[in-house]
Amino acid sequence: MNIKQQDSRLRGNYILGIADNSLILGQRLGELCGHGPSLETDIAITNMSLDLLGQVRSYYQYVAQLSGEDKTEDDIAFLRLEREYKNVLLVEQPNTDFGYVITRQYFFDVFHLLLMQELQNSKDETLSAIAKKGIKEVSYHKRFSGDWVKRLGDGTEESHNRIQNAINDLWSYTNELFEMTEADQQAAEAGIGVDVSKLKEKYYNEITELLNEATLEVPETKYFHKGGKHGVHTEHMGYILADLQYMQRTYPGMKW
Amino acid sequence: MSDKKNWPLWEIFVRSKNGLEHRHFGSLHAADAEMALENARDVYTRRSEGVSIWVVESKYITASNPEENGEFFEPAADKVYRHPTFYELPDELKHM
Repeated sequence: MNIKQQDSRLRGNYILGIADNSLILGQRLGELCGHGPSLETDIAITNMSLDLLGQVRSYYQYVAQLSGEDKTEDDIAFLRLEREYKNVLLVEQPNTDFGYVITRQYFFDVFHLLLMQELQNSKDETLSAIAKKGIKEVSYHKRFSGDWVKRLGDGTEESHNRIQNAINDLWSYTNELFEMTEADQQAAEAGIGVDVSKLKEKYYNEITELLNEATLEVPETKYFHKGGKHGVHTEHMGYILADLQYMQRTYPGMKW
Repeated sequence: MSDKKNWPLWEIFVRSKNGLEHRHFGSLHAADAEMALENARDVYTRRSEGVSIWVVESKYITASNPEENGEFFEPAADKVYRHPTFYELPDELKHM
C-alpha cells in the first residue's frame, strides 16, 4: 500500500466515525415518521432525520471516492456488516418514549454542533465544506431538542419524571462521544480531524446548565458504556440494520 | 398549559421573499408562541418557502360573520361606477 492509499484509507475510516452517527440517528428518527406525538413534532423529527441523511450522503460519496474501488454511497450505507459501522452507542438507543427521543437528540446535538464548529477548520476542503453547511442544520436541531428538554423538565410532573428517567438511562452513553480512536488520533494529528477529547468539558458544562434551567438532575453515574466506535454495538443495532439494509440485500443493486 | 389535551391554535403568516407582504399560510397547534414559530418553520418553510414568519394565536383574530355577508359585501356588487371601467385605454397599455 503506498502512502497515498494509506492516507485515503485513514481519511475514509475517520469520516465513517462521524458519518455513521448521522446515519443511525437519522434511521432512528425516521422510524417515527407518522408516529410523532403531534403532527407538528412528527414533521419536525422527520425534518431532522432528512437533514442527517443529507449530511450522510455527502460523507459517503466522499468515502466512496476515497476508497479507490468501484464503490457508491449505497454500498457504504447499506452493504456493510454490523462490526463495520462505527457509530456511538448513544444514537442506536430505541425510541422508548418522547422523553428518550428528545434526550438522545439533545445529548447528540450538543456534541454534533461542537464537532462541526471545529471540523470546519479541517485541512480537508471537502470535510470543511460539509461541516460549514451542517452547522446551520445542527444549530436548529439543538435549539429544537434543547427547548423540548426545558419544556418537559419544567412541564407536568409526568413529563418531568419521564425525561429525568431518560436522562438517567442515556447518560452512561455520553462519554463515548469523546473517546479518541486510532483513526481520530491520526486524523487530528494530520490536521484533518478534530480532537474530540478537548470538547468534553464544554459539552458537560453546557448540558449541566440546561438541565439546571429545566429543573432536572445531572446524573452522578460514573460508569460509561463504550464499544460502538470500534464496531461493538448494543443488541439494538442488528434490528436497525435489518430494517435499513433489507431492500438492498433482497434486491441487490436496486435503485429508486 | 391550561388545557392539557389540546394546545391552542395559531395562525401562521409567511413572507415568501423580501419585499413581499406576509401572507396567511395556514394554522397549527403549539403550546406557546416560541413553539408555534418552530412548528411553523418545520411545517411551512422546509422547502425554502419563506424568509420571515409571524404567528398569531387564532383567538386574537376577529373575523366577519358569514351570516352578515349580505349587509357586509353585497352593497358593493351593483356599483359599476366604483370600477374604472369607462375609460378607453390605448392598445399600448398592458396589464391594466
